[in-house]
Amino acid sequence: MAVHPTIADVEPNAGHSLRLAEANNPSSKVLRLPESEPLRLACDQFLAPITIAYETYGELNADKSNAILICHALTLDQYVASENPVTKKPGWWSIMVGPGKPIDTDRFFVICPNILGGCMGSTGPASIDPKTGKPYGLSFPVITIGDMVNAQVRLIDHLGIDQLFCVIGGSMGGMQVLEWAASHPERVFSAVPIATAAWHSSQNIAFHEVGRQAVMADPDWCGGDYHSHGKVPRNGLSVARMAAHITYLSEDALHRKFGRSLQERSKVTFSFNADFQVESYLRHQGSTFVDRFDANSYLYITRAMDYFDLAAERGDVLANAFRGTKTRFCVVSFTSDWLYPTRESREIVHALNAVAANVSFVEIDSNKGHDAFLLEEPEFFATVHGFLSSAGTKRGLKV
Amino acid sequence: MLKPNAPLAGPHRADHLFIAEMVEPGSRVLDVGCGDGALLQLLAESRNTDGRGVELSRERVNACVMRGLSVIQGDADRDLADYPDQAFDYAILSLTIQATRYPKTVLENLLRIGRRAIVSFPNFGHWRVRFDLMFTGRMPRTESLPDSWYESPNGHLCTIKDFVDLAAVVDAEVEEAVAFNTSGQKLPIRHSLSLQNLLGEKAVFQLRKRPPR
Repeated sequence: MAVHPTIADVEPNAGHSLRLAEANNPSSKVLRLPESEPLRLACDQFLAPITIAYETYGELNADKSNAILICHALTLDQYVASENPVTKKPGWWSIMVGPGKPIDTDRFFVICPNILGGCMGSTGPASIDPKTGKPYGLSFPVITIGDMVNAQVRLIDHLGIDQLFCVIGGSMGGMQVLEWAASHPERVFSAVPIATAAWHSSQNIAFHEVGRQAVMADPDWCGGDYHSHGKVPRNGLSVARMAAHITYLSEDALHRKFGRSLQERSKVTFSFNADFQVESYLRHQGSTFVDRFDANSYLYITRAMDYFDLAAERGDVLANAFRGTKTRFCVVSFTSDWLYPTRESREIVHALNAVAANVSFVEIDSNKGHDAFLLEEPEFFATVHGFLSSAGTKRGLKV
Repeated sequence: MLKPNAPLAGPHRADHLFIAEMVEPGSRVLDVGCGDGALLQLLAESRNTDGRGVELSRERVNACVMRGLSVIQGDADRDLADYPDQAFDYAILSLTIQATRYPKTVLENLLRIGRRAIVSFPNFGHWRVRFDLMFTGRMPRTESLPDSWYESPNGHLCTIKDFVDLAAVVDAEVEEAVAFNTSGQKLPIRHSLSLQNLLGEKAVFQLRKRPPR
């Protein structure tokens, strides 16, 4: 009997080479900031030159007042509503963004940049360091959510937009939304932080650490220099993704989808094969992830999330982050999300109330866990639509 | 999908119309227990207010936000403490005080958060209520108090006279008070407090914290 104790026995497929190409020559639009315009990072290093890969949808209006910035989550990218060049799948939020959708591209100009530290064209550890001609790897500086937002500020400057009509995003995208609202309040007319928190919880840091250790324990990681050795830490990154994927679902969602069902067999095999459907599913999630994501990027981005704490830099009082804000907020959480539970959204709402900010807060009843923000949830869509329409009226946008 | 800013079905509630009369145009209002947002929308449309709402029911909160109102899910008994002093021109509690657990604390919070508080409530001193209790010997069930005692959310019902007493206890000055009958008609001002308490089915009070002496 063949034993498949790991998920990464499959050879890298075409996606792998496509991904490497996209990291340095993205199919999307790009902004290249020259050596003379370095970005000062939270770690006090300067990063230059910088590439920001981004996509846009819809038209910017004459007074540049209809721009919506979408901030993406940990492993997503700029292809929010158009085909992903690596996976060939539709945009990750194409049910939310498009003509006539809640984020209506007939009405709004939508911008979605790949984050700093990402691997789909924006500068990150998989990018070629012009000083060495080799990928940065671990010589890439450790970045923060604030650094990602500062890079986005350069993009928004470049597009000539003074004030974004809305900044919206879920999960780590929501952290960027909060960072935008706290650090650049005058440039954010409205903000929609979804399924997120103002600081990363101990439990979430713990899950990230498991993922990072899995990557680094893979001999093919080669101390972070796997590019030079022509290797990919497939096993490590797959395991990291498998563990993380569980946190994106809910116990209920897993049970409904798989229960204890066996995978194409009638009884257990007394081996470590993927007997259970849920095992097979996770292995698939792990191996497809490796084909579209860079292992070092995963380390850097999870670290940035761990470091995120909006209150810590402001005297440990979250309300200080929002004092005097004129931004209109719509905070959204999901009942079955245990990664960013409603309690953590409520902390944001309490802080906003403490400064009498304009805030709406809805908790959407869903059994889909954290991933609910990426899925078909009619009540959630109606909320986003309603909030944006009303904010649009207040901003004087034409209906 | 619900359309945002959809017009409200049906006529406006009588207490909402009286509240709208009290609110100065262009003011900032917090509606505690805002329900489906009918009052917030009425105030926005007729008084051009900058309104926020707090509502206990998640479904109603979501319906409000879908309609473009700024509403959060929260509990009048627990969450009002978060708000800073004098953050609003008016803190409003419409037909909600009788359903709170700690009406006195809630009212104190309203008077702290708002420069003025506006409270409407069903009057348990109304003749129908008194009649029911006297002649049936059972907890009254009227149009405004339709639930049986064991299913009613109203744990702290009061009469107009009781409310006047509470205002004094929390050191609030009654700036305006309106009692109205079942058809939503305002009772003549010349009526004594006792007569208002007998004929008024509901009442709306505008209060202000007395300045410290």
